[in-house]
Amino acid sequence: MASVSVFANISQAPEDPILGVTVAYNKDSSPHKLNLGVGAYRTEEGKPLVLDVVRRAEKLLVSDISLKKEYLPITGLADFNKSSAKLILGSDSPAIQENRVATVQCLSGTGSLRVGAEFLKKHYNQHTIYIPSPTWGNHPKIFMMAGLSVKTYRYYDPATRGLDFEGLQQDLSAATSGSIVLLHACAHNPTGVDPTLDQWEHIRKLMRSKGLLPFFDSAYQGFASGSLDADAQSVRMFVADGGECLAAQSYAKNMGLYGERIGALSIVLTSADVARKVESQLKLVIRPMYSSPPIHGASIVATILNDREMYHDWTVELKAMADRIISMRKQLYDAMCAKGTPGDWSHIIKQIGMFTFTGLNPEQVAFMTSEYHVYMTSDGRISMAGLSSSKVTHLSDAMHAAVTRV
Amino acid sequence: MASRTAISCGIARRLSSGYGFATRSMSSWWTDVEPAAKDPILGVTEAFLADTHPDKVNVGVGAYRDDDGKPVVLECVREAERRIAGSENMEYLPMGGSVKMVDETLKLAYGENSEFIKEKRIAAVQALSGTGACRLFAEFQKRFQPDSQIYIPIPTWSNHHNIWRDAQVPQRTFHYYHAETRGLDFASLMDDVKNAPNGSFFMLHACAHNPTGVDPTEEQWREISYQFKVKNHFAFFDMAYQGFASGDPERDAKAIRIFLEDGHLIGCAQSYAKNMGLYGQRVGCLSILCEDELQAVAVKSQLQQIARPMYSNPPVHGALVVSTILSDPTLKNLWLKEVKGMADRIIGMRTKLRENLENLGSPLPWEHVTKQIGMFCYSGMTPEQVDRLTNEYHIYMTRNGRISMAGVTTGNVGYLAKAIHEVTKSS
Repeated sequence: MASVSVFANISQAPEDPILGVTVAYNKDSSPHKLNLGVGAYRTEEGKPLVLDVVRRAEKLLVSDISLKKEYLPITGLADFNKSSAKLILGSDSPAIQENRVATVQCLSGTGSLRVGAEFLKKHYNQHTIYIPSPTWGNHPKIFMMAGLSVKTYRYYDPATRGLDFEGLQQDLSAATSGSIVLLHACAHNPTGVDPTLDQWEHIRKLMRSKGLLPFFDSAYQGFASGSLDADAQSVRMFVADGGECLAAQSYAKNMGLYGERIGALSIVLTSADVARKVESQLKLVIRPMYSSPPIHGASIVATILNDREMYHDWTVELKAMADRIISMRKQLYDAMCAKGTPGDWSHIIKQIGMFTFTGLNPEQVAFMTSEYHVYMTSDGRISMAGLSSSKVTHLSDAMHAAVTRV
Repeated sequence: MASRTAISCGIARRLSSGYGFATRSMSSWWTDVEPAAKDPILGVTEAFLADTHPDKVNVGVGAYRDDDGKPVVLECVREAERRIAGSENMEYLPMGGSVKMVDETLKLAYGENSEFIKEKRIAAVQALSGTGACRLFAEFQKRFQPDSQIYIPIPTWSNHHNIWRDAQVPQRTFHYYHAETRGLDFASLMDDVKNAPNGSFFMLHACAHNPTGVDPTEEQWREISYQFKVKNHFAFFDMAYQGFASGDPERDAKAIRIFLEDGHLIGCAQSYAKNMGLYGQRVGCLSILCEDELQAVAVKSQLQQIARPMYSNPPVHGALVVSTILSDPTLKNLWLKEVKGMADRIIGMRTKLRENLENLGSPLPWEHVTKQIGMFCYSGMTPEQVDRLTNEYHIYMTRNGRISMAGVTTGNVGYLAKAIHEVTKSS
């Protein structure tokens, strides 16, 4: 007795290109398969990692029977928000001391970006955002769904496999005054190519002279260099000049809290009064989206950030993850050199963070998947976090074959 | 002005030299941003917390309290958390969320042995509690039925209006609450259903209507369902209180089951905020019943496309708690017992409040206090009377006169009745 659905004409949406890689990997039965798709950290044994300090925080939370599961405020857990702002801006940040920062807990990086974008659509007079080319696949959709118009600025130079600094400066100079500019705070995804501090300073001056509004995406703080402060320098430079900016933070990778969806959006304003008003308006964006954010991940992060010993232990575990990735880069680079694979592979060790933009084209990638069961995104991006010492040979074999035969 | 010496790493020194652009003199981009009005519901608790009066009572937000006025974490939840702690894998869930949690959740709404579940005809994704489920549906409706509107009952949970507005779906209202009888305005409701253009989208509260506590009877639901068939309307159910209304989840799903029997292809938002006390975990589910499995797969994939640029994938912890409880018969039985306990306490408080008001000799009728169902009682008080309750008696509730019965206890019911009597006796 089924009625006709009003949604009968809906066609199936395409697989998400990034998450679809893992779906395909899971279907493969080869013992040699290697998943270098989604950016989730793996140990040397290829296993997901729950940080020790996170397990300790969890134990504390579950044994504290006074803790309730009630609704968080719309803006999230206050302790979490304070600590998150300090983490990205620096605990001695004048912006924080002057109460000029509006921080709201959001659903990881994605949620922070979306809430920020919705806020900009409603309250900012420019509705164009410039995103780097290339960028994380989900970025354009987030901003478009919020109603912003998306343009790109040059970023990656395939010839050098490094930063197209000239192109970047030209494109930002040509941007309409007041436009929003998305900046990856560190460990650019997917290329792993970051500006130097000097280049950041040039970018800052240029953007401020044109009144361009910086919107930072900080998904890898601590994960890129191993130092939380070093990885936040780009953001802190912009805040130090007294101007305004937005920053989206994620704890997915640097605390391994992927599935807990924990992050924060901080907006740095020129006055405490404006910060209060902005916070009140952020609530109006969040309430009709999901009312208030999830408590569990926030409690874990707040527990760790606010305990001296746990914070220290976290930095040690974080550095170990970053170091393992740096070591994988070195091993892969050495393997490519030893093989004598044609081309310059130094970008493998120059790029930073979880990803390496190999420079391989979609045909070569498809070849590596079908012949060597190596799974990666078709843009040639590999997640170094998914690599282990025992798999380096297999990967370098695959890359060598792809380069020489495709 | 910030002292530049407070900034570390020598950035300040580099900046102060050769730095031509004085941002300090530039005004903020945001000076025209108005302070937003406080949320009418959540703002109440904020005000309550700020009050230091010893007799203050919070009957504002709909979060359950025990008879000592304390928030409750269910035993089944504590046990589930004990089992989970230390072994929870924190990897990303798929975009559609925890399959296990969604499967168990569909059984609650559609029936343990639902043919629709067996035939895989339900497109379902984990959502951020009821709000998130409604928002996903509203966005989906906008995208795939762009010319449609949503009919919302008067009154309704205030956030419903915000949700469909932000999804840019135009809203219309339909009659629901009858002020004179403090019951259902069934005749006007049916008129609105008949007068709406064929194929209109309606949002219905499956049980325990918020804020009125007024639900259609089973007979009335059957008539509504019949008329929906005649008009080919789309029924979207918001079910935030399953189990909480009567104490029996199967009974509370009756309206949905009637619609399913009649062949409607419904949409449904489910929440575990109240009935499992998982408020802050933000666990819920959005489901859409389709013609067949193929269609369900397509619809689900599109729902995921909406979730991805909003939050990528939903939080794992709350989903794990739910699936741990519902997939373990012992824990599930414990949960059912605890839900009934909560519902029974509320029903008991309704009885006490009504008794107290009648014993005080109130000239007004208070039958509705026990006739209405679920967490809320629509008292019929005016905003001015509510303001008096707050200012003179430190009793906090939303200005529409909605009392959260979950906040009423043996300890405060007398005080509450007296205060209500005082502010209403002359009306």
